[in-house]
Amino acid sequence: MPAFTPPPLPSDDKRWKIVNGTMRKNGFARHALIETLHTVQSSFGYLDDDAIRFVAQSLRVPLSQAYGVVTFYHYFSLKPPGKHTVTVCAGTACYIKGADKLIATAEKKLGIAQGQTTKDGNVSLMVARCVGACSRAPVSLCDGQIMGEMSSEQMIEQLERWTVE
Amino acid sequence: MTIEELEQIAKSVQQENAKYDFELNVCMDLACASQGADKLKDALVKAVEASGKKVLVRRTGCMGPCSHGPLVRVDPQESMYSKVKAQHAEKIVEQLGGEPVAGLQCDLNEHFDSQVRVVLENAGYIDPEKIDDYISRDGYKALLTVLTEMTPQGVIHRITESGLRGRGGGGYPTGLKWSTVAKSQGDLKYVVCNGDEGDPGAFMDRSVMEGDPHRVIEGMAIAAYAVGANKGFIYVRAEYPVAVSRLTTAIREARRRGLLGNNICNTPFNFDVEIRLGAGAFVCGEETALLASIEGKRGTPRSRPPYPAMSGLFGKPTLINNVETYANVAPIVRNGGKWFFNMGSERSKGTKVFALTGKIANTGLVEVPMGIKLREIIERIGGGVPQGHTFKAVQTGGPSGGCIPAEMLDVGVSYDALLKMGSIMGSGGMIVMDDTSCMVNVAKFFIEFCMTESCGKCIPCRAGTAQMYTLLTRICTGTGTMDDLELLEQLCSTVKEASLCGLGQTAPNPVLSTLKYFRNEYIDHILHKRCPAGVCTMEPVEVVA
Repeated sequence: MPAFTPPPLPSDDKRWKIVNGTMRKNGFARHALIETLHTVQSSFGYLDDDAIRFVAQSLRVPLSQAYGVVTFYHYFSLKPPGKHTVTVCAGTACYIKGADKLIATAEKKLGIAQGQTTKDGNVSLMVARCVGACSRAPVSLCDGQIMGEMSSEQMIEQLERWTVE
Repeated sequence: MTIEELEQIAKSVQQENAKYDFELNVCMDLACASQGADKLKDALVKAVEASGKKVLVRRTGCMGPCSHGPLVRVDPQESMYSKVKAQHAEKIVEQLGGEPVAGLQCDLNEHFDSQVRVVLENAGYIDPEKIDDYISRDGYKALLTVLTEMTPQGVIHRITESGLRGRGGGGYPTGLKWSTVAKSQGDLKYVVCNGDEGDPGAFMDRSVMEGDPHRVIEGMAIAAYAVGANKGFIYVRAEYPVAVSRLTTAIREARRRGLLGNNICNTPFNFDVEIRLGAGAFVCGEETALLASIEGKRGTPRSRPPYPAMSGLFGKPTLINNVETYANVAPIVRNGGKWFFNMGSERSKGTKVFALTGKIANTGLVEVPMGIKLREIIERIGGGVPQGHTFKAVQTGGPSGGCIPAEMLDVGVSYDALLKMGSIMGSGGMIVMDDTSCMVNVAKFFIEFCMTESCGKCIPCRAGTAQMYTLLTRICTGTGTMDDLELLEQLCSTVKEASLCGLGQTAPNPVLSTLKYFRNEYIDHILHKRCPAGVCTMEPVEVVA
């Protein structure tokens, strides 16, 4: 059997080299699929068809299986994120302290449903299962920054700050 | 690395620390960090430099009472400052050794008095990114003792003797699990650490991994020696980036010191650990699903037997334990099985870490001996329900657990007692609810969670949770009937009995426990179209004139 040669990088974007690095570190083993997808998402922000196809071919995993993995796990996203992301935590402690009101406020203010991005690509509204900051519930992550004990007013203020920019 | 070298390191750290007159330990766990603990630490360092005093400013893991954060503990006085801001730094440094700074002191004696710290013994005392700090508090001593003085059977005997049970929630005897893996035939075995803390409302494992990562690694190495494995995996949620980076640093440091790798402590024992990232699937907390995920596949569980102890990761015998279980191993080895056995209740030994959250004054992380009354945890340690509201229920075990009402608060916490009350120990989330929470809505919340997190492999769980959700939605909007309630109860037993894995088997628990203790609320929703807590919005109904 001829030795396996991984496919060429999709483009000369330097980020593909990082992705390739993760696969090489794992010896292009099939079990590195999730690790590699994590690298793609942290480098590109999301997973597009080209990326999934490239990773699947490189690791010799059927495309259907790679796609199955991508869609199974909530952490992976198939759509590019907005310029800003607000992630409302909907864990139990946050729910008890009114996370649903925060989500409703953000949905109304942005005019989108959870999981969507505004038409201008400015803000994405996400809902997380639990970010582990339960003692400061209700919690939101605004571009990765934890905001604890958040009120609806603070949510509106934060969203307005982003739209003004 | 030998025991003598280890002691040498510990000694030099202690000598170094002795040069300082005071220590300022700054809690930089997620909750405190999100309130400006990093700026506070910088300000303290600056203030110390300006004052010329000999003060050590140290970053530490979670100290516990998160609702009072950012926290600073002054040692050797052991006095605690709460809600400290960067502008207080100068004053704190100035008044070191004199009167404590007015307005920042907090009296948390009640909070700490009934706690016993085993797993969290280092939390708040060491810098999680410094292996020498860990070593100075007896770190890795247990591992080296095991490697040089004990046989694998001896280690398993000690763990069995301690009565330690799995802290992931199931409560399977740890010693028994270890001996099964040890007896399994195979040249290659794995040890896996389950750090996929999917239970929403729980963060004990995150705090342990972030605040004391070496403790987990040491526990895994001891386990590997006992069962005959040479390779370990820590499966961590991708939602915990700090835990991932702390563990990565810890593994690198341990390798550098020769505490991971080949011929550890000049013995033939080899062991190394790798981190694997989860990707946001609750079901991956189930052991066979977790193993599938490490193999790069969809995290769907499979039927057992064969158990992972026989055929686990890549088809090899695999030991899987939770973060907190591994964190208990080193102290048990150091202090002996009997020491651990003497703590706790009759059939649940040792201590348990709980994440106390919800409608309670002192939210945060607590560690209590098993058998302690729920009332003691909630009223004394937690400070009770604030602002004139009344306690309604405490939820344990996350989506697999149940709601425990006020009249059951005098029951001692143990695996069996919680199970008897219709809940489970779970990983240790403890969410307090007051009169503003609607129990039907809470049940709906958990069923919605289980519905979206069901992997879809088996029908009872996939279709059952969806149907239960529809019925609960109907009841919550006032359009449900008594027949719906009956159907709901039937579905609960079907899903419980017929599901493939733990997720489905325990999914009905929140419904069953609320039906058992708060049936009136269901009846109010159905017959009187009324939500006693005022949470649910009812559909308008036609009034017959």
